[in-house]
Amino acid sequence: MAFRTPIGRARGWGAAHAGVGHWWVQRLTAVALLPLTLWFLWFLAHLLEADHQSLRAWLASPWQGGLLLAYLMTAGYHAALGLQVVIEDYVHHPALRLGALVAVKLGLVFLTLVAAVALIRIVAGGGAP
Amino acid sequence: MVQFTLPPGSKVEPGKTWPRPEGAEEILTVRLYRFDPESGANPRLDVFPVDRRRCGKMVLDVLFHIKNEIDTSLAFRRSCREGVCGSCAMNIDGRNTLACIKPLAELDDTVTIYPLPHLPVVKDLVVDMTHFYAQYASIQPWLKAVTPEPADRERLQSPEERERLDGLYDCILCACCSTACPSYWWNGDRYLGPAVLLQAYRWIADSRDEATGERLDDLEDPFKLYRCHTIMNCTDTCPKGLNPARAIAEIKRLLAERTL
Repeated sequence: MAFRTPIGRARGWGAAHAGVGHWWVQRLTAVALLPLTLWFLWFLAHLLEADHQSLRAWLASPWQGGLLLAYLMTAGYHAALGLQVVIEDYVHHPALRLGALVAVKLGLVFLTLVAAVALIRIVAGGGAP
Repeated sequence: MVQFTLPPGSKVEPGKTWPRPEGAEEILTVRLYRFDPESGANPRLDVFPVDRRRCGKMVLDVLFHIKNEIDTSLAFRRSCREGVCGSCAMNIDGRNTLACIKPLAELDDTVTIYPLPHLPVVKDLVVDMTHFYAQYASIQPWLKAVTPEPADRERLQSPEERERLDGLYDCILCACCSTACPSYWWNGDRYLGPAVLLQAYRWIADSRDEATGERLDDLEDPFKLYRCHTIMNCTDTCPKGLNPARAIAEIKRLLAERTL
């Protein structure tokens, strides 16, 4: 039994004065991912016929390496923002929601860093792992 | 987690099938959601075969026919019977609309009528709209100005400024849009929903209102506003042909614009 008034319930916690940044960056990264994904598909198609040496030389160029890094970072960021929304939409248990949000954010930061380190290692010539 | 299935006590069971009217040439089969909280039983789907020629022109007329001549215990809301009051909003053949402006001519031989989705049902087609109205009150839907009203005339507005309110002031708060919105289903406790956000934008867009900034402040929230994912069921279902999705997009645009 709860005796809260309807207006009290509707006002709830008030406005968090946040959300614009999330909304804007989600759209910004989505727009950036359009050309970056096209480039990435083109990159994958070339990967089929390239050997390790030519791939390294290719990624060592600031343009190609930069594009791949940009793709990885943008995709990671966009995925984190998108999954956050899905969790907020569907997971209602407070502890479960917090856990899922933390896991998704930290997980994607880590995965993006791993991808970036792998790229640097390939370019810097750490050799085949 | 979000509850995707109805709780056991809310599952709809087959109900009573009423006899065919005698001498009817054209039958319309009406499958009606029935729920009586005092019976303790689950909701049920009653079947009323009715004579099309004795039912009038609109779905609301059919409901009147059933209530007056077949089962007087049927409960539904109605008032203006011409699409202005919004009382008879319900789900007809899977789509939220107003029974009074839904013509029988658009129906097949069978019509299924449920209450508005995802609101607590009081009885039959009557839903509890307390929270919906409270959310409407929470956006303070009245003109707010520090400048006193001119003593000799009303607050002036150019024809262009007035035009900006077209498609916004026409909303009758029937809740068809909000209860068609999956985001409102899952997070309606905090998400304001398309109807209330369209009403909020109606005051943001009003050139006479002087509280635009405060109104935007009060909406800037991941749940109150940003649960809208542009699904557009709202615009699709609005029986008045309005576009709540666009109003919400305008609020988001204004919020982004004042930051960037």
